[in-house]
Formats: sequence, structure tokens, C-alpha cells
Amino acid sequence: MSDWRYRLAEQRGTLLGVAIFLLMFTIYVSNHPAGFTANVVQTAANKGVLLALVAMAQTFVVLTAGIDLSVGMIFILTNCVGSYIVTGSMGTALLGVIGVLVLGLACGALNGLIVIYGRLQPIVTTIATGSIFYGIALWLRPQPGSSDDFNSDIADLMTSQLPGGIPMSLVALLVIVVLVWLPFRRSPVGRAVYAIGSSEVAAYMSGVPIRRAKFAAYTLSGLLAAMGGLYFTFITYSGVASFADGSTYTLYSIAAVVLGGVSLFGGVGSAVGAIFGALAFRTIGDLIFVFDLEPLWQTLFQGVVLLLAVCIGSARLFQVRNRLDLFA
Amino acid sequence: MDAGVPLFRMEGVSKRYGGVRALEEAELNVHGGRVHAILGENGAGKSTLIKVMAGVVAPDKGRMTLEGREVSFPDPAAANQAGVVCIFQELSLIPDLSVADNIAISNPPKRFGLIDRRAQRRMAEEALARAGGEDIHPMAPVKDLPLSRRQIVEIAKALARRPRILILDEATSALTAADVTKVFAVLKRLRSEGLALLFISHRMHEIAEIADECTVFRNGHNVATYRAGTKSDNEVVELMIGREYNHVFPPKQSVPPDKPPVIEVRNLSWTQRLRDISLAVRAGEVVGLGGLDGQGQRELLLALFGVLKGVSGELLIDGKPTPIASPEAAKCKPIGMALIPEDRKTEGLMLPMAVCDNLSFAALDRLSNAGVIDRAAERKAIEEMIRLLAIRTDGVDKPVGSLSGGNQQKVVIAKWLMVSPRIILLNDPTRGIDVGTKQEIYQLLRKLADSGAAIIFYSTDYDELIGCCNRVLVLYDGAVKRTLVEEEITERALIASALNIAADQGEAGFKPAVNA
Repeated sequence: MSDWRYRLAEQRGTLLGVAIFLLMFTIYVSNHPAGFTANVVQTAANKGVLLALVAMAQTFVVLTAGIDLSVGMIFILTNCVGSYIVTGSMGTALLGVIGVLVLGLACGALNGLIVIYGRLQPIVTTIATGSIFYGIALWLRPQPGSSDDFNSDIADLMTSQLPGGIPMSLVALLVIVVLVWLPFRRSPVGRAVYAIGSSEVAAYMSGVPIRRAKFAAYTLSGLLAAMGGLYFTFITYSGVASFADGSTYTLYSIAAVVLGGVSLFGGVGSAVGAIFGALAFRTIGDLIFVFDLEPLWQTLFQGVVLLLAVCIGSARLFQVRNRLDLFA
Repeated sequence: MDAGVPLFRMEGVSKRYGGVRALEEAELNVHGGRVHAILGENGAGKSTLIKVMAGVVAPDKGRMTLEGREVSFPDPAAANQAGVVCIFQELSLIPDLSVADNIAISNPPKRFGLIDRRAQRRMAEEALARAGGEDIHPMAPVKDLPLSRRQIVEIAKALARRPRILILDEATSALTAADVTKVFAVLKRLRSEGLALLFISHRMHEIAEIADECTVFRNGHNVATYRAGTKSDNEVVELMIGREYNHVFPPKQSVPPDKPPVIEVRNLSWTQRLRDISLAVRAGEVVGLGGLDGQGQRELLLALFGVLKGVSGELLIDGKPTPIASPEAAKCKPIGMALIPEDRKTEGLMLPMAVCDNLSFAALDRLSNAGVIDRAAERKAIEEMIRLLAIRTDGVDKPVGSLSGGNQQKVVIAKWLMVSPRIILLNDPTRGIDVGTKQEIYQLLRKLADSGAAIIFYSTDYDELIGCCNRVLVLYDGAVKRTLVEEEITERALIASALNIAADQGEAGFKPAVNA
């Protein structure tokens, strides 16, 4: 019985993220002219998965008490590269997919190496590398476009609807969680990532492999951002070096992570929470359309709801009786 | 000295930090199945010695052998691998992880490459039981445990690594007498299992109880090694400080009972942690708080200092009801209160900032005119404090984190003396501090009391309560269970009142105070 209490306490942030998402999504579908139909869910899922993947990417780094401002740019770069190399037959297209994912890993690994061996702060490192990634993307695709023999079959498959109206994108997300996040969470390296974020000194003193864990966090971050970029290619059939998109995804990934209960101080939270945070944040943005308001209000509205949601998360601070706990 | 081949041996080990020599040709022989105590003032090189052994710092020269084979440890993980495990003075637990996660952190049990949580749980429960912490829930987050329980977790974590040499660096300094007894039982069993134990403590009676062999360090060098019990306490302390040692505690002054109290508390309560506490302290009095650790002493001091919300009861300053809303209000004019916190590294100091900045923080409003700091006045006040407390530093511009523990604590005290407080609350101010500095602090306390301050003093060390206090309130479960006055304050009475109570309420005994 008391085990359950501890388990619940551990997942508090994630559950809050789920709750916010359910609330927002209920408001969304109940006001949507078409209602709760497979098509509405599919559209929402396809858009939501993009941010969910980038938010997962952000989670890995935030858990180490770092921050990755290059996730949006890796997203853009891999989107552009994807539009070049996911081509030809199914076989060559799959090779292209692998190529894009390897590129994401490499970008993340670069961040990791600079942070670990250059001992630079993550925030500065990733601003710099993010600019570099964007620069390369701009060189590749200054205008929207795609390769002539772009394999749209694979793109259609990944954004399709499965029998029963289940969106393929959600299934893909689930598979990624099961294959990447859950093993990570239960691996010694994953444990080490949490330890570093909670107290790097204590982690070092405990003989935790700090470098390996940080490297894993940044590399996996790059991989997840690349998965996002790839999905963007699948949805749009093209690539474009849009600075606005890159910056937006970076900032929104941070918002999503916070909504999903991941602490920016590190060591607390889960990628599952971040996914729901991302889906909730996307839904908030889309609420404006179902209420038939001017799209111009979208950012303002999104900001207000984000603030309110974060306030709910910190409401328990009012119960704090020892003011020292406010700083803990 | 022993003829047997030592399990672990250090020879001619030296280490310098900048211009400061921390170790100079140090030598140490460690044998299995024995408890070896290391003694010395802070700054004598004990910490560096241990860090070298545990792979935290690399020595400049010298060699280490384990079972006759030369070894070197590039990092703590390598030392652990070889069976050298250290419980550090600064806790090495990870606050956001659970107790079980922490215990298994360096080598979690795995299945198919992933952490096997069930095996980990078993491992944690077993280690906790070996360390005498059966009452700690393996899934509780470490940050919710009180300090003494965390220390038990720390010991359990070390045991889970199956060490051959276990180093305890001030591992008992946060523990109460009852917990120390438990830990010692564990240590004695480990000794009989053939482990080598290195034990560092500033508490002489603990060393007398547990150690088989002692080595004294001074100025980075081992000055003497002897069988435990062959030297008197005074001889040992002389070896440590290199000068004669007598009269640790200055004589007490009693205060006439008709003098009105400076601070009086009536029926103070706070959540479930403080119950109906009443006390009064007159100018010139030192009132001690005793009892087992974690019985509300810390919370009582925080409540008085305005840190806690939702405190009920009445607080009178100079006989007038004066609610205190925040530390900022507490330190200001009509009240003039100061709190020397328990954890100097987080609550007392800003470690990376300079000594002088740390010193003047609390008093900045007094040192400034129209919102601008008067540099000359600040400098003068700081110099005065450094002289008064004999703070040893190579410059007031150095970061306070570079000072030794004892001197850091002096800076914390000095910082609050700069606001010339009338009411001084101290939360275990001598924890992990060397004998010399402790003595200076006792003298300072007496001087402050004699000059008219009212002092409330919490200590986990019974000797201090006996030596310093006019009265001692023994707390249990957030309430005052007994008040001992003047001659009644004896070690026997202090322990008895704590143990009587513990015996009465056996099942409510050592529950970890997990935040609800």
C-alpha cells in the first residue's frame, strides 16, 4: 500500500501532464465541429507527434540539468536532409531514413562531446551548434522543396490511419517509447542521467559514469529530434530551412517538458510526461480554431494557458509550511 | 604497531594544493579485522588522506599497496572496484532518487542489461538491515529523509558494494547517541567479518569505544600511531593540536531568576512537528535543546526565526507580543535575532563568494547610507570580526569555500555577530569541527552571553550541552519532555530522559519523518 504512495508521488508530474492534456483535448474535441472522429484525432496526432518527439529529445538533456537549444535546428536539418535522401524504392528510402537518424545521432553526439570535453555550458554550446545546423540546412534547402523521386509511400504509411481509425503516428510514438525510453529509464546509464541532474557531485562521488551518461543523453536527444524532423518530412513531403520553425520547436519543447512535469533543475520527470505536455501544448494552440477566433490571437492565448497550467503545477507551494522548502 | 602484513599501505604520500601542503610524506598501514581511527584537527590532512585512498584526488608522490601489490586509483569507481569504499563527510546521496536507487547506484543488479528493480529492492532491504535502518522505506526519496536517516542510507550504500576497506569520514557526526550505538554494532560485526575500518571522528568517546588502533595527524603528517586505550584523552588532544589542552568549557555564569526574559514562547505549535512548546530565555542565559535528533529542535529554531508558516502560540520579545514573519524581520532592530544554521554549506554561506561578502551580507542595511554600501565602514567591520573570531584566511577576497570547515563556521557566526544580535539561535554549530575551533566557539558563546545576549543552543553532542548551558530542554516528538537546570544537566540525565521517553513509546520510536 505504501509502495503505491511512493510510486504515485514519483509519477506526480507525469500524471499532471496527462491530466492537463485530457482536459485540453476534451475541450478541443467537444467544441470541434466534426467532434471526436478518426480524422480529427489523426490530424491532431500527426501535428502533436512532431512536438512530442522534439520534447522527448529535450527531456534527455533537461534531466541532466542541462538544456538543449539546438533540438529545433536538428529537427530542421534532418527535415531538409530527409527531403533529399528518402528517395527511390522502399529499400533505398529505408536506407535514407537510417541515414537521417544517424545524422541526428551525430548532431547530438557533437553537442555531447563539446559539453563534456569542452566543459562549455550546455546553453551556449547548443546555441552555437544549433546555428551551425541551421546554416547547413539553409545551404541545403533555402526554398521549400523535395527530391524528384521522393518516396511518398513511406511517408503516407507513417502518417496513415490504421484499421479502427488509430493514427499510425501514435503507434510509431508508442513504439519509440517502448524501444527507446523504457529501456533507457531502466538502464544504468539512464539512472546515471537522473543522478547527474539531481546532484552531479554526489553522482561523481558515487562512481557514476558521468561522461558516458551525458554523452548518451545528448546523443539520444539528437536521435529523437531527427525522428521529429523525419516525421515533418513525411507530413509535408518536403524540406525547408525555416528559422521560425526551428526556433519555435526549440522553445515549445521546453514549454512541453515543463508542462509534462520534468524539472528544469534536472533529475525529475519522464519523457512520457513530456509527450503529454507536448500534446497538451499543441491542443492549446489549436483551441483557438475551434473557438473560431482570429488566428492572430494564437500565441497570446497559448502563452496565457501555458502560464495558467504551470501555475497549477506549482499550486502545492501554497501548502508549504517551511519556507526553506520553497528553495529546495 | 603490528608485525602482520597490512592489507593496505600508504608510504611517503604528499599532496599540495597551490602553495598549501595538505599531506607531507604521510604513512598509514591498514589491517583487516580492525578499526583504525584517524585523529587530527581540521586541516591536519585527514580529508586529503582519505580522498587519496578513495581515488578522489591523485597524490603528487608516494605509493599505495593493496595486499602487497602497488595500486593507483584514477577515480572513485576504481577505488570501489578494488574494495575501498568511503562514506564521505559531505553526503554522496542523490536527493531525487529513492533510497533503493541510491544504495544500488554504483552497481545496480541487472537482467538483460536493464536494472532489475526487484533484485535492487532486495539488495537495498538487505543493506538497510545490515546498517540498522530497517525502518527506512526503500522507495522513499532521499531528499525527504532527515539527516540522521540519510547517514544510515549512506552506510547501507557503502555496505552494498561489499567493501574490504570501509572508510567512515565523520560518518557519525549527524547521528544521535541511539543511532551511533546501532551503527557501532554494525561496525563491530563488520570488523569480525574481517573488514578493515578506517574511522574518522571528532568525538573522543566514540573513538575510545570503537577503535583498536589510532593514528594522529598534524600538519599533513602522521605524528603518532598507538594502540587504542594506551593514551589519555588529554595526551591525544595534545598530540593533535601540538599544545597543552585544558578547560574546554569556560565557567558558566548563573543569571538571577527575577530578571525578565528577553524572549518568551507560550504554547507554540506547528503542524504535527511542534507541540505546545513554552520557554523563556533571559539575557546572559544559554538554554540548550537536547534529545534525539529530529525531534523538532531544528523546527523550533526555524519557527522562532520566522521561517515557518502557520505557527500557533505566542511569542514575546521583552514581554511584548511580537509575531515574527520572516528572517528579515527577525534580524531587524526591535527583535535583533540571529540564527546560525545547521548546514553551513547551503544555508549559512554562499560558497563561491568572497569571505568579506559573506561576512557583511546580513548587516548590509547597517553598513549602508541611503542605499549605498559604505565601503570603508564595511571593511572596518569585517576586519574587526576576523580579528575577534581569529578567522584564518589568506585574504578576505578569497572564496569562502576555500576555507577549512572550522573557519567556514566561524564566518557564519561572525556574519551574524555583525548585526549585534540580542537573541542568538544556534543549530548544532560544532558539527564536524576540530577541537581547537570548538573550544573557541564555546568561549565565544560564553562571552556573548556575558555581554547580555540570550542564547538558544541546539547540539547533538551531550558534552556541549553539559558544558555550555544553564538549562536544557529535552525534546521528544516535538514537545518538551523535561527541563534540566544547572547541576541536573549530566550525561546520564540527558540520555536517560531521551531513552525513558523512547522506551515509553517504543513503536513510535524511529520512524523516518517523511514529508506527507
